[in-house]
Amino acid sequence: MKKLMLGNAAVAQGAYEAGVRVVASYPGTPSTEITENIVKYDEIYAEWSPNEKVAAEVAIGASIGGARAMSCMKHVGLNVMADPVFTVSYTGVNGGLVFCVADDPGMHSSQNEQDSRHYAKASKIAMLEPANSQECKEYTRLAFDLSEEFDTPVFIRLSTRISHSQSLVEIGERADVELKEYEKNVGKYVMMPANAVKRHVVVEDRIKKLTEFAETSSFNTVEMNDTKIGIITSGISYMYAKEALGDNASYLKLGMVYPLPEKLIRDFAEKVDKVYVIEELDPILEDHCKALGIEVIGKDIFTLLGEYTPTMIKSAILGSKAPESCELTETIPARPPVLCPGCPHRGVFYVLKKLGLVVSGDIGCYTLGAIPPLASVDTTICMGASVSAALGMAKARGTEFNKKLVSVIGDSTFMHSGITGLIDIVYNKGNNTVIILDNSITGMTGHQDNPTTGYTIRGEETKQVNLLTLCKAVGIEHVTVADPFDIKNFEKIVKEETNREEPSVIIAQRPCALLKTVNYKGHCTVTENCKKCKMCMKLGCPAISENADGSIKIDLTQCNGCGLCMNVCPFDAIKKED
Amino acid sequence: MTKKIMIVGVGGQGTLLASRILGNTVINEGYDVKVSEVHGMSQRGGSVVTYVKYGDEVYSPIIDKGEADIILAFEMLEAYRAMPFLKKGGKLIVNTQEIDPMPVITGAMDYPENIADKLKEKLDVTLVDALSLAEKAGNFKAVNVVLIGVMAKSTDIAYEKWIETIKTTVPPKFLDINLEAFNLGYNL
Repeated sequence: MKKLMLGNAAVAQGAYEAGVRVVASYPGTPSTEITENIVKYDEIYAEWSPNEKVAAEVAIGASIGGARAMSCMKHVGLNVMADPVFTVSYTGVNGGLVFCVADDPGMHSSQNEQDSRHYAKASKIAMLEPANSQECKEYTRLAFDLSEEFDTPVFIRLSTRISHSQSLVEIGERADVELKEYEKNVGKYVMMPANAVKRHVVVEDRIKKLTEFAETSSFNTVEMNDTKIGIITSGISYMYAKEALGDNASYLKLGMVYPLPEKLIRDFAEKVDKVYVIEELDPILEDHCKALGIEVIGKDIFTLLGEYTPTMIKSAILGSKAPESCELTETIPARPPVLCPGCPHRGVFYVLKKLGLVVSGDIGCYTLGAIPPLASVDTTICMGASVSAALGMAKARGTEFNKKLVSVIGDSTFMHSGITGLIDIVYNKGNNTVIILDNSITGMTGHQDNPTTGYTIRGEETKQVNLLTLCKAVGIEHVTVADPFDIKNFEKIVKEETNREEPSVIIAQRPCALLKTVNYKGHCTVTENCKKCKMCMKLGCPAISENADGSIKIDLTQCNGCGLCMNVCPFDAIKKED
Repeated sequence: MTKKIMIVGVGGQGTLLASRILGNTVINEGYDVKVSEVHGMSQRGGSVVTYVKYGDEVYSPIIDKGEADIILAFEMLEAYRAMPFLKKGGKLIVNTQEIDPMPVITGAMDYPENIADKLKEKLDVTLVDALSLAEKAGNFKAVNVVLIGVMAKSTDIAYEKWIETIKTTVPPKFLDINLEAFNLGYNL
């Protein structure tokens, strides 16, 4: 049966067919839907872990325990889990072990554009790169076999256009894969120096064997057409090249991007007049070819930045013109993403902006607090950095600066890696104020449960980490819970806590407006009391805008009746209607 | 020959559902199909673009400038932004709804004037007040299905095939509203 499937859903299907038993991940665009789809299969244990390192370790443990296991993450999540990854390369596996990493060229939803293929080479772990949903399914299924055959973890590398494109997939049955025996093997699984020294030899030998495998593996395919142009490529770039050049070029499509073959590439290069390497982001395939002494054209004509397109490839290789198009003759306003109507974060940023504080930000929907008119976030680096970087700022600039400084971090991000920064504040005598934006869900990635929500990935009730108790337990004496829509009270609390010469936490508690359990009634409308003071417009609510005459309008298709604008209007000029 | 359809709008308008209805309808016709979606941060009220391509064999999931056979725009400014992607002789279907983006709300820029005239001057444009039709069908959120209805009329896929997909894609409790919305668009 053929089915239209998202690349991510196809990866989940492949893992299911391979008989995977344990999947542990932390959400991250564009990888999230893999694990969300895993939940559809009752045979598989699935979890949202607190962060990617924990997730990888759960998967590693399951593999050592004899089960086929998988962990899925976005590219920056791979940085978080790099520590166990480099060492599990040494231990190898028991049950097949697969790490799915999704890169985001073009940064649709990310803070950087790193190329995760570097990790394969650095950690000496085989990496496969599918080019459509069917390959997502097949490569994932086969990755488990490869993992067990070569006693190695295997990476599946995806990119946004693979993860978030739907194409047709032939659905198969789940293989009956037995749990492998667990046997104590200190030399293999206890990575202390004496053992690791021996395992490193095994790793180098494995890479040699995998390189031989790459020479003849069906993951790497040659397609001979016209021989004037030869293309070496992988993943989505193959699809772009194929659309751009069709049968006017020959192709070496590398489905296995680490380790790379030598003879296969040499043979292909000899059969064609000119070789082009087409790969988004870094010149990994290109550098490999050049190291072999093969003359290729790559980043001389293709950019290191963003996503490619077929038109770009056509123009670079054939010099052909882009199709005729009707260009805009004026500059039009951009439409950046914004906090949704009813977003609980809006109240927080309104207050922080009003007080003119320096805001150490983090990763989540609330990164959008950097965009005007709220424009209050000063920094965003990575998950958890809001807390620890604020400590660094305070240590650098002293007490008075610290009184104008806060960290903002979501509930899920706090669980991920904010708590360690908070412990640092307590331990090293910081006086920072940390605001936990507790919206009862992992928001940006599309509503995943986390340790603070009280539900598992399958929606089963579980113990709920109590943020207030947790903060107190690590030594924060001043922990206040406040509703960010109660603007006056929230402002008062922020002033008090930032002026305190002791560390403090404010838990800004109000659920995400998109949660099914949140049901604001009616919508807001502007009455004749409006003095056009535009206080409501400082909220940056997408439902509120200005008419040509300066009066205010509220778009009923967008307003969800949250009523925050009523709380900031000084003239009582906004009322609620059914 | 690959048919290229682009769906553009504002995050939250339901473009994703529209692209899935379209994608599932064309596979039932036996075509190869690719649908490229946008998830994550860009979905939060920003410009969203979905590509649907179908034909004998589809390689790239994306559509370049000057290539789209049809652009289905859920909002005026987004239609204008997507204009360069329409191929010569392509068809632009536009919902006349206007939603101010944040730079307009903050006063940093103005919403462009007379977009409809500027589009009509150069292109084959169908303007639809899909919001009113969706309200007439029973829920303003059915704008996406109204527009799918309008578009369906300009493809060679039979009416019944669309109805079949809507029945399998839309939650049962919203089915009647969505069928009505589709019909209002189709019979425009």
